[in-house]
Parts: sequence; C-alpha cells; structure tokens
Amino acid sequence: MFFAGGCESCHITPGQIDPLQLGGGLKLRTPFGSFYPPNISNDRDFAIGAWSDVDLANALLSGVSPKGEHLYPAFPYTSYQHMMPSDVADLIAFLRTLPAVPGRPPAHRLHFPFSVRRGIGLWKLLFFENAGLPSDPRQSAEWNLGRYLVEGPGHCGECHTPRNLLGAMKRHLRLTGAPVPDGKGNAPNLTQSLAKWTDADIVEALSSGFTPDGDVLGGGMAGVVRNLAELPKSDLEAIATYLKSLPPLGRPSSAKP
Amino acid sequence: MKRLVLLLMTLSVCGAGGVWAADAIAQRRALMHDDGIAAKKLFDMSKGTIPFDLAVVQASLKTLANGAEKTPALFPDDSKTGGGTAALPAIWQNKPDFNARFTKFSKDVAEALAKINDEASFKAVAPKVFENCGGCHELYKAKSS
Repeated sequence: MFFAGGCESCHITPGQIDPLQLGGGLKLRTPFGSFYPPNISNDRDFAIGAWSDVDLANALLSGVSPKGEHLYPAFPYTSYQHMMPSDVADLIAFLRTLPAVPGRPPAHRLHFPFSVRRGIGLWKLLFFENAGLPSDPRQSAEWNLGRYLVEGPGHCGECHTPRNLLGAMKRHLRLTGAPVPDGKGNAPNLTQSLAKWTDADIVEALSSGFTPDGDVLGGGMAGVVRNLAELPKSDLEAIATYLKSLPPLGRPSSAKP
Repeated sequence: MKRLVLLLMTLSVCGAGGVWAADAIAQRRALMHDDGIAAKKLFDMSKGTIPFDLAVVQASLKTLANGAEKTPALFPDDSKTGGGTAALPAIWQNKPDFNARFTKFSKDVAEALAKINDEASFKAVAPKVFENCGGCHELYKAKSS
C-alpha cells in the first residue's frame, strides 16, 4: 500500500535516496504557493510518532489533523478518501515500522487567501465528499481493482487530471492531462495517449519505465514507476484494464506518456 | 576576392564551432529517437519478446554509442526551449553532472559492446546499459506541452 500510495514521492527527505526516510520538505510548486510536505516518519516530536491510528486514518481519509485542523489538499486525501479501511490499516501498520527522522521542514509558503487554513473547510464543502468508491457491478473485478488503485491510493488524477481555479480536480475531465506540480512539464492525457498501447505495454511502462516507442518515462513519473514496480503484476494489469476502458476526453495531449 | 575569402572564413567558423539552436534541438531529438528504437530492440530482446540476435545487439549498441558521444554537445545555452524539446532547465543548471552521465553511458555501452558475444553475456550486461536511461530522464527530461 505504501508503494501504491507513493507516500515517499512527496514525503521523502530530500537529498538522499532511501524511500523509507520520510523527513519531508520536498518543495511542491503550485499556483497557490509552495507546499513543503511534512515529516511523516516515526519521530514523536516532529512527526507522526505520537499520533494514534485513528488520528492517522482521519488524516488519510478526511484531511483532518489530530488537533482538528484541516490539512491542505496538496496531501491527496481527495484520492485517499476512496481507500478501503483494511488498506488504510495496513498502511498505518507499515508506517509505524519506519525509522524516526528528526527535523521539521519549512512552513508552507502560500499566497493570501490560501494561507488561511480555515478556508480549506469551505473548499472541502465545495469539492470534497469524503466518500468511498463503491464497486461497479457492471464491470469486472479486475476493472474495479484497477479503478480503485488509480482513483484511490494511486492518486493518478492528482497529476493527470486538470484542476479548476480553486485547485480542485475537474471530475468530468478525469485523467485528461495537466501541468505537473513540480513545475516540470505536463502529465499526459491518459484517456487518449494510450490508445495505441496494449495492456502489456502499460504494465511494462509502469514496472520498468520503458514505453512501446523505446522512450523511458521521465520527470516525476520515474519515481512513480519505482513505486509501482513493487506492486504485483496483477495490480498493474488491473490498472491497464481500467485505463484502457476510459473513453477519450478532453484535448489530445501533444505530450506522449 | 578579399571579401569572398572573408565570407568563406566566416562560414567555416560557423560550421565548425557554432551549432544553431534550432538545429541542435532537431539533431539531439533525432539522435534520441534513434536511441529509443535501438533501446527498444535491446529491451525486448532482454525480455525475450523478440529472439536474440547478436548482429542486431551490436548494431543497436553502436547506435547508442553514437548517440551518447554526440548528444551532450547539442545542448548550447540558446537551445533551452522550442522545437518541441522536452529538455528541462536542470540540464543547464547541472551541466557537469549531465555530461558526466553521458560519459558513463558511453563507457557502459562500450563495455557492453566488448563483452557481449552470446545471449548469456547479453542478459548479464544489458541491464547495466538500461539503467542509464531512467536516471537521466528523471532529472533532465519532461514533456512540456
């Protein structure tokens, strides 16, 4: 679950390569300012070492801290809200086994009015439903697993779905491509650019990075591939099944995946 | 006559030393495109999806060697944008690392060429060549449009 959720892609301590050192502080540039993901290691003073399981589940599923503050939706609880309770429990149990990393990353540097944390409550009223993801009985079990991984823990849409002026994902343009949060290029439109790819091509690209035209997935996706390579092949096949089922929407991206 | 000599000299200096930005982008993209085709063949062979063929391996590695040798010179300061380039500004911020990665890539390809003489040696050495691709693309390449 840790790798499906890609926790370390944002929370890793920058400047070192161990994905299990989660000191936080990697800068995420957005139109609202810069976010610095927090320390989610097991340190009791600086991180989540002293949080209860319920605290952690609340943060993951509802975007609320133990003090009752709203968390900024740069933390993808907008996707994690769909996670199954058993997966949340597994993830929490795993996070508990990781080393403590002391230190506090810089505070977020956001533009007014986004710097006012209370505003997130209003934002959540508008854009956050805090819901699970009931499976679709008309589709196969594999498709449903793929959708769960893509829309829930994998939070693919957080980069690949365009956002509105208030930074919420445009549901009707799901996975149709968007500028990526590290400020490097665009995440391609997954409803169109995969048209010529086979399911096996998608599985290959998600596990080794190699695309059918001999390219290697670059930018932020390289880290995602490192994570997804840890998943069983059946999970990647399910993701491929779901992605291939998406009807073409939005603008064709000039960026190839 | 004097003017003609001057003109020829100017042209030859341009030809030898200067690479026009648009040309540089087109050239490096063409080289990378060829690298991609070659890498794809090697990769499929290492996976066993196409049969092993020593001649194809050697030709593909030579393509990669050519790319690794010529590509790093094709990133002049005025070729940061345009022409559909996916190059990131990080290239020009970390030129020494960027060039060092190409040097290592060249070395790994040359070693592979020297060592691979059958399917077993190919399967042993190929991953060392592939690991170069991802490392560079992660830091220095992203589609921007």
